Parts: sequence; C-alpha cells; structure tokens
Amino acid sequence: MCNKVARGTAPAAPAGRSLEVRVHVPDGFLDAPTSLATGALAAGAVTLALRGARRELDDRAAPLAGLTAAFVFAVQMVNFPVGAGTSGHLVGGALTAVLVGPWTAVLCMTVVLLVQAVLFADGGLTALGTNVTLLGLVAVGVGYGVFRLLVWLLPRTRTGLLAAAGAGAFLSVPAAALAFVGLFAVGGVADVSLTAVLAAMGGVHVLIGIGEALISVAVLGAVLSVRPDLVRGAAHLLRPADLATRPGLRAGETVR
Amino acid sequence: MGAGHGGPLGSAYVARDSVVHRLPAHVSLVAVVGFALVVVATPVRTAWAPAYAGYAVLVLAAAALARVPAARLARGLVVEVPFVVFALLLPLVARGPRVEVLGLSLSEGGLVAAGGLLAKATLSVLAATVLAATTTPQDLVRGLQRLRLPAVLVQILSFMVRYADVVTGELRRMRVARESRGFRGRGPGALRVVAGTAGALFVRSYERGERVHLAMLARGGDGRLPTGPAVAVPARAWLTGLALPLAAGAVLAAGMLGA
Repeated sequence: MCNKVARGTAPAAPAGRSLEVRVHVPDGFLDAPTSLATGALAAGAVTLALRGARRELDDRAAPLAGLTAAFVFAVQMVNFPVGAGTSGHLVGGALTAVLVGPWTAVLCMTVVLLVQAVLFADGGLTALGTNVTLLGLVAVGVGYGVFRLLVWLLPRTRTGLLAAAGAGAFLSVPAAALAFVGLFAVGGVADVSLTAVLAAMGGVHVLIGIGEALISVAVLGAVLSVRPDLVRGAAHLLRPADLATRPGLRAGETVR
Repeated sequence: MGAGHGGPLGSAYVARDSVVHRLPAHVSLVAVVGFALVVVATPVRTAWAPAYAGYAVLVLAAAALARVPAARLARGLVVEVPFVVFALLLPLVARGPRVEVLGLSLSEGGLVAAGGLLAKATLSVLAATVLAATTTPQDLVRGLQRLRLPAVLVQILSFMVRYADVVTGELRRMRVARESRGFRGRGPGALRVVAGTAGALFVRSYERGERVHLAMLARGGDGRLPTGPAVAVPARAWLTGLALPLAAGAVLAAGMLGA
C-alpha cells in the first residue's frame, strides 16, 4: 500500500501508468497489541532465520546476505515494463528465497525493511514488526512454500522450476495482502466492513502478484542462464559435468 | 548521484552541526521510537486533537533545532500518500452513524478514524524524517549495535549499508549502457532486457559478496566485525535526546488525567 516514488539514483520510469504499490504499514494503522504481537512474531522468526542462514551460507553469511540485501534494495527501485504500458516493481521476497534460500531471504527482507523504516521513514518504526511479518515472513514463507511444493510436483526441468517460482511469487503478494486484512480485522483502528477491505486489497494485489510473477520469472531465467549454480532453489537441476577420458589416451600420458 | 558520499542511503542526511546531530545514534533511535510509541498510544477521539497539536509542536521544534529544511520534511511525507488516499476513503466506507458534510453522507466514526490515522502517520513520519536527516547510515548501524541488535544482523546491515551505493551504481551504469545502445523500455521484449539487467546485478552482487568474504579471510577475518570500545554517553545526552518522547509522554499523561 505504499507508493514508491523514484528517489536517489532510481532509474527514470519509461512507462506511463505504474503498479508501484507496496504493503508498508505506517505507525498507528494497527492498534498497539497487534503491533506488539507481530513484533514478537517477527523477532522470533528472525532469531530462527539467523540460525537457518548459517546452514545456508555457512560463515559467509554476513557478506553474502548483506550484498543480497543491497541487491534487493536496488532492484526494488527498478521499474519493469509488464505489458499494456504498465510497469511494476519487485517486492522480491519469493525471488530472493529461490535465489539464496528462505532463511537468508527473511534476513535480507528484514534488513531492507529496517533500512527503509529508519532511513526513509517508509513504514512505521512501531509497525516494523508488522511489516517484517507481512513482507518478510508471509511473503517469503508462502512464496517459498508454494515453490517447493510445485518443484516436487512439476517435471524436474527448467520450465517446471520457472513455473514453480512464478506461482510462488504470484501467490506471495495476495498472501501478504490477506495477512494484512487479517491483522486489520484483529487490530484495525477503523470500523470498516471487512469484505470491502478484502475486495479492495484482494483485487489490487492479484494484479500486483501477476506483475511480481512475471518479473521474478524473467529475473530468475536470466540468472539461470548465466550462473545456474547460484540459484539455490535449482540445486536439483544441476548435474556434475560428464567427465570422460579422451579416447585413446593412455595412462600417464600428458594431455596436450 | 548528487548526494556526495552518502549514496542513495545517505540521501536523507542533512549535514549540519546541531544539538540533534551531535546526539549519539542510539539515543536518537530510542527517542524517535519512544515518540512514535506515545503517538500510537494516544486515543483517537475528537477531544484529543490538542494532544496531537502538542506532538506536532514538539516534533517541529526538534526539526527546527536540527535545522532540517522544511522542504526536506515535506519530501519525507511523500511516503504517506497512499495512506492519505486510504484515509480519505475511510469516511465513505466505514460503518456507524452518518453525518451530512457538503452533501456527502459520511460516517462519523470513519471521519474520526481517518483523522487519527493521518495525524499518527504524519507525526511518526516527521519524527523518522528528522532521525534520518540527523544521523548518517553508518552511525545508525552503530546505534542499532549498541541497542543489542543480534551481531549477525548488524553485520548484514553494515554490509548492506556499505555496498548499497556500489550496487545501485552498478545498476545505473547498466541502465546507461542499455540506453546508449538504443533501448527504449517499451513493449513485451523490454521486460526480458530489464530482467536480464536485474539477473546480472544479482550475479555481480553475489560474486562481490564472495570476494568480500575472501578478502576478509585474507586479512585474518574471523567472522566478527571489530568495533572500537563503546564511547560512554553522558547523562546530559540522554536527557537532551529523551526530551522529545518525555515531553510527548507528558502531553499524553496530561490528557489522560484531564479526561
């Protein structure tokens, strides 16, 4: 729900209309108990993620996760043309989870949200826990969960992988929006008919999800064609190169 | 780029020499979070309007003390725009008793909720804008470290802050290269091109992370970031910094007692 205005070095948007909407909850949108509960949930999950990320990245965790967070931050400023004169930009939770693993992705999203809240006043400081829960936990969790499920169901090919990632990215956005509506039902500060909120949020976020899926698949495809070994979610597609001795090479002979 | 050494992350910083700028980052952080908590805890009722006005005076006084330009504060408020739209819709869609305003049938509860929402969001965004304008990203990382953010998270944060400039610079160079080859950014084919840029950016960022890690190992790194001993913060700095949330808390308490 937060329009991202081009700032700093953001590339100029070539397209006219744009679908740049994000769920960055500001201060005072949800009541104190809800904010506290989501804050505790986010803190617990981040603690778990700190352990999980050590498994994913061993002792390289800090520099790699830091650089990945910088990548997420930078790529969120890019406007992607998604057709019909419309451009969207990436939230990136599902894509990051497929690229570097879900735990590291949770940490990257948390750090990006923290920087946006503290350095850009984008998303409330007391709502940081809520934002981490929505965009870090729900978006990454749903996106990666759907991805893993479909990877297991679909054929083990590049197309199957991209379809799984696309579905995960698509569902991650409406899932975060749904979670927001759920929080709003519990701790919203206005007496609004929930069906109205649900309809408004749902409709918009299905559209945003389509953009997110298109962009994620395109970016993932680009990484897969250059460095498939860097895509953690594609580890099952990698085969060791077929090594074979050259016909006629005798033992001990040097290869020229 | 134009923002000097700060890069995109430092673009919010306004270099000045003021009492607010000299506050240690963790004191400023605690002050702003405390202020936001007080604002959020304030009841949303028409009778509380003077309290919100009091908060506004406090945060604007802090901004004036820090000599943050008004234009900078206004730009900070831009992030709020979607919520202004939401708040404007609230009186139309909220339930409860209706009032006639200029021929429109508006929900009374919705009007009050919208006003409260706007007031709270605006006040917190103003406070956070003052924080960002008076604290460099590097100091904020140190501040969060002193507030006991888990060490690994602090490291990830500090790497992000250090390299955000490099990574966005890389992105800018790729865009210049793309456009100098005649890229127009329209049509369905453009998505593939821009996505290729983003994919390359990921590969470059990840590889840079690996190089940084190896460079750290080569220099005897053991996975910890050495920081000097924490400088003791005089009680006066805490008093100065906490003046904002304490004054706001006093306004809240006065309202509670008066109500």
